Amino acid sequence: MSTTTLLPARRRRSSGRASTALAALICALMLFPLYWMVNVSLTRPEDLIANPPHVFPSRPTLAGYELAFQTQLPNLVTSIVIGIGCVLLTLAIAMPAAYGMSKLNAPGTGAILFLFMLAQMVPGITLVMALYTIYDKLGLLNSYAGLILADATAAVPLAVIILRAFMLQIPDELLEAAQLDGLGRLRTFISIVVPLSRNAVVTAALFAFLFAWADFLNANSLTTGNSIVPFTVGLYRYIGSQTTNWNGVMATAVLASVPATVLLIVAQRYVAAGVTAGAVKD
Amino acid sequence: MNVTYRRPRGLTTPGVGAKQAHTPGRVLARRRRIAGAAFVLPVAVFLAAFFVYPIVRATVLSTQDWTAKSFVTGQADFVGLGNYTKVLSNSLFGSIVWQTVQFVLLSLVAQFTIGLALAVFFTRRFPLSSTFRSLILLPWLLPLVVSATTWRWMFDQRFGIVNAALGSQIGWLSDPKHALSAVIITNIWLGIPFNMVLLHGGLQAIPDTLYEAAALDGAGPWRAFRSISWPLLRPVTSVTLLLGLIYTIKVFDVIWVMTKGGPANSSHTLATWSYQLSFVDLKFGLGAAVSQVTVLIALVFGLVYIRAQRKETLS
Repeated sequence: MSTTTLLPARRRRSSGRASTALAALICALMLFPLYWMVNVSLTRPEDLIANPPHVFPSRPTLAGYELAFQTQLPNLVTSIVIGIGCVLLTLAIAMPAAYGMSKLNAPGTGAILFLFMLAQMVPGITLVMALYTIYDKLGLLNSYAGLILADATAAVPLAVIILRAFMLQIPDELLEAAQLDGLGRLRTFISIVVPLSRNAVVTAALFAFLFAWADFLNANSLTTGNSIVPFTVGLYRYIGSQTTNWNGVMATAVLASVPATVLLIVAQRYVAAGVTAGAVKD
Repeated sequence: MNVTYRRPRGLTTPGVGAKQAHTPGRVLARRRRIAGAAFVLPVAVFLAAFFVYPIVRATVLSTQDWTAKSFVTGQADFVGLGNYTKVLSNSLFGSIVWQTVQFVLLSLVAQFTIGLALAVFFTRRFPLSSTFRSLILLPWLLPLVVSATTWRWMFDQRFGIVNAALGSQIGWLSDPKHALSAVIITNIWLGIPFNMVLLHGGLQAIPDTLYEAAALDGAGPWRAFRSISWPLLRPVTSVTLLLGLIYTIKVFDVIWVMTKGGPANSSHTLATWSYQLSFVDLKFGLGAAVSQVTVLIALVFGLVYIRAQRKETLS
C-alpha cells in the first residue's frame, strides 16, 4: 500500500485534479466487473470464446437481451411481485412499531431492539432450515406468502431502526397538540407521524424491496420446481444449464441490476444512511 | 393546530420536546404505554413467529435425526448430541473449519485495509469526490447472485478475463487448489464498499482542528494518520471489524453460485456445508447441527460487538 492513499489531507485543495483522476481510476477498478457484465451481455456467442477476450464489444448485439427477455422475463416479474409484497408487509409492521417504540414508550422496546441485534447475527441459513420444516407442515412451501414472510425477516429490523431513529426527532409537542385537537393515537399516527416520516418511509421501503429483490437463499430453499421462480433462482439455474449463452446470462444480470442502480441514483443520500443504520447505536 | 407545527423541515432539531415542563400524570403515561403496546404488537408477533420460533426449531432440529423420510412421516427421533458428535468426527470437519478461518480472516483483513485506504482518500476535497464515493457503493447494492455470476465468468478457465490478464491457465473454479482463493477474492471485492462507508463516516467525525494543530506542529500526513486518525477511529474500527466478521461467517450466495463449495469440498465454509447437508443431502439434523456452530460463533462475536458499542456510548 502506498502512503499517498493514506494521507488524511482533507484540507488540501491543491491536488484537486490529481485526486479526481485517481478517484476515477479507483472507481474504474472497483466497477470493472460491472463493466465486464455489460460487455459480455453485448457480445456475440461466437466472440465469447475468443482468446484473448474482447475488451470492448466491437460487434455489439442485443441477442443476449432477446434471450434474457424470452427466458427470464417471467422471473423478473415474479421478483417484482415478491419485492412489492415484502415492502407492504414490512411497512405495515415496521411503521406502527417504530411509532410505538419512539413516541409511546411501548413496553418491550428494549427487548425488541435486542432481538433486532440478534437477528443481524443469526445466519439466514439457520432460519431457512427451520422455516423449511415449518413451512412444510403449514403448506407454505412454493407460495408467495411464504417467500414474502421469509424475506421480511431481514427487512423488518432495518426498517424499524431507520423509522424509529427518524420518529424520535419529531417533537412531542406536535403530537400532544394533535391530541388536544381531539385526534386519537391512530389518527395522529396516520395523519401526522407517517406523513412527517416520509423520507424514512421511502428509505425503509427501498431497502425492503432490495432485500427481497436480491434474495437467493430463501427463494432457492423454500421453492421447488417451476411454480415460483424469482430471477435470482432463474439466473442460478441458467448458469447451471447453459454454458454457451453467457451473453444471455449476463444480459439477465444487467436487467437484474437495474433496480439497485436506480436506487443509488434516486436515493443516493439515503443509501449510505442505510448501510450504517444497522451498525450505529440508537 | 398550531401553524408553526406544519413545517416538517423544521422538525429535524432533536430533543426540542424531550423534556416536558408539565408531565401529563401517571394515568396518561400508562395509557400511552398501553397504546404503545398495541402499536408494537404486530412486530412482536412477527418476531415471535418468524425469528424466535425458527431459532428454537433449528435448535431442536439439531438434536433430531431429521432426514428426507421425516418429511413424509413427520417423525424424527431425538438423538441428543448425536448430530454434533457425528459432525465433529466427520473427516471433512477439520478442513472445512480451516477453510472457514481462511475465508473469514483473509476477507476481513483485505476488505478492511482497502476500505480504510479508500475512506482516507475520500476525506480529501476534490471535484466529484462524493459522486465517485457513491459509485463505489454499487457493488454492495447489486444482488449477490448477479455479482457472483459475473465473477464466475471472469474466473472461467478458458474464456475468463482473469486468466487472460494474467496469461495463466489456472482452473480458478475447477481446481481444488484455487477455488477458495477465487471466492475469497470475490468476497473481498464485495466487502470493500461496506468497510469504506463505515470508516469514512468515522473519519468525518474527527474534528478538523486536530489535523490543523498537528500540521502546525509539523506532523506529516503519515504521522497525522498514525497519531490522530487511527487512535480516534478505534471505536469505529472495532465495530466495522466485528460486523464484518459476523457478516462474513454467514456468507452463502457468493460461494454457492460460484462453486457450490466444490470442487471436492475445497471451497466450503461451515455456512455452505450446513446448507449442503440440509438441502442437498437432505440430512436436516446434521445441517442444523453445523449451522448451530456458526450461530454460536456469530453470537460470541456479537456479544463482543454489543460490549464494544456500550463502551463507546459510555465514553
